[in-house]
Amino acid sequence: MKLLSSPAVRVGLSISVATGLYGVSFGALSVTSGLDFWQTMALSLLLFSGGSQFAFIGVVGGGGSGVAAMSAATLLGMRNGIYGMQLNALLHPTGWRKYVAAQVTIDESTATSTGQTDPAEQRRGFWAAGLGIYVLWNLFTAVGALAGSGLGDPKQWGLDGAAVAAFLALLWPRLKGREPIAIAVVCAVATVVAVPFVPAGVPILVAAVVAALIGWYSHGRSDEGLEPDVEPYREHHHRGADHRHAEGQQADGRQRGKGVSGVDT
Amino acid sequence: MSLWIWLLIACALAYAWKLMGYFVPAKLLENPRMSRVAGTMTIGLLASLTLVNAVASGQSLATDARLGALAAAAIALAVRAPFLLVVVLGAGTAAVLRMLGWN
Repeated sequence: MKLLSSPAVRVGLSISVATGLYGVSFGALSVTSGLDFWQTMALSLLLFSGGSQFAFIGVVGGGGSGVAAMSAATLLGMRNGIYGMQLNALLHPTGWRKYVAAQVTIDESTATSTGQTDPAEQRRGFWAAGLGIYVLWNLFTAVGALAGSGLGDPKQWGLDGAAVAAFLALLWPRLKGREPIAIAVVCAVATVVAVPFVPAGVPILVAAVVAALIGWYSHGRSDEGLEPDVEPYREHHHRGADHRHAEGQQADGRQRGKGVSGVDT
Repeated sequence: MSLWIWLLIACALAYAWKLMGYFVPAKLLENPRMSRVAGTMTIGLLASLTLVNAVASGQSLATDARLGALAAAAIALAVRAPFLLVVVLGAGTAAVLRMLGWN
């Protein structure tokens, strides 16, 4: 009971339910993209990063090769390495916990943890969100995969439209300010231009290169786009477009932590 | 079968990224350029995946019911609908538009 009175655990659990539930859409889309049940489950159990999983099935569903699917998923997973560095500095997990922590290092667990100020709460929030989402995400992936395989023609149910909506929904929370919107537009245009000239799946990698070059050569916020795709703490406050340091997100999250309650996504 | 291989490689590399974060010296965290690239690449990839799924049909471009799904999702997100509702609205819009004859 003491655990449930922790604000970080409560936020972690409610975000687990919200995120876990959309595992249904991943499971259903995955089997209609041509993966079988166990391939779908392998992605949720082993890869366990929503954006990368959707990217993998998105490329396969669009007729892209396995290499292209793997590349897109891997490039999208790079941010988890950055989250890992932040969480390592914050939580200092030791021994085997480090290896478990790594697997549940995703947008949501990072956001829940960095949104707290007290070190004990940061730790509880991370584990509550990370493990809670892991269990529910896999459970609901299985539900979606079983339901999806009984649907027949996926187009009749508009499931290709569901994939479009899912990607836009993953992108949307990161478009705060003029610069991320400009990056998104440039990459979207690069994609559309590339489609007729390169094999399916490759336009996504073209966009990744364009985005990386923009990031490398332009000067702006160092945590651009590393806004996790959830906002676990309801209190919104104005985010300036100023230049910030790598610690920016963390410090910022701490401020947000003051208004602990509910889930936003 | 070869899809399994790429799938498992993707899983291994995803874990490698995550684990790397816990083992590289904290000094690297002070390199804002790498954080920035990770961030801009996330935005670029998601924008690209949105468009590919909306207008690409193999190696050609198509305007079909998926564009309706894109518009419906954008409206839903603008009024702060939750993720699952956005996805369901996207699917519903595409399905209805197809039923009305727009492929």
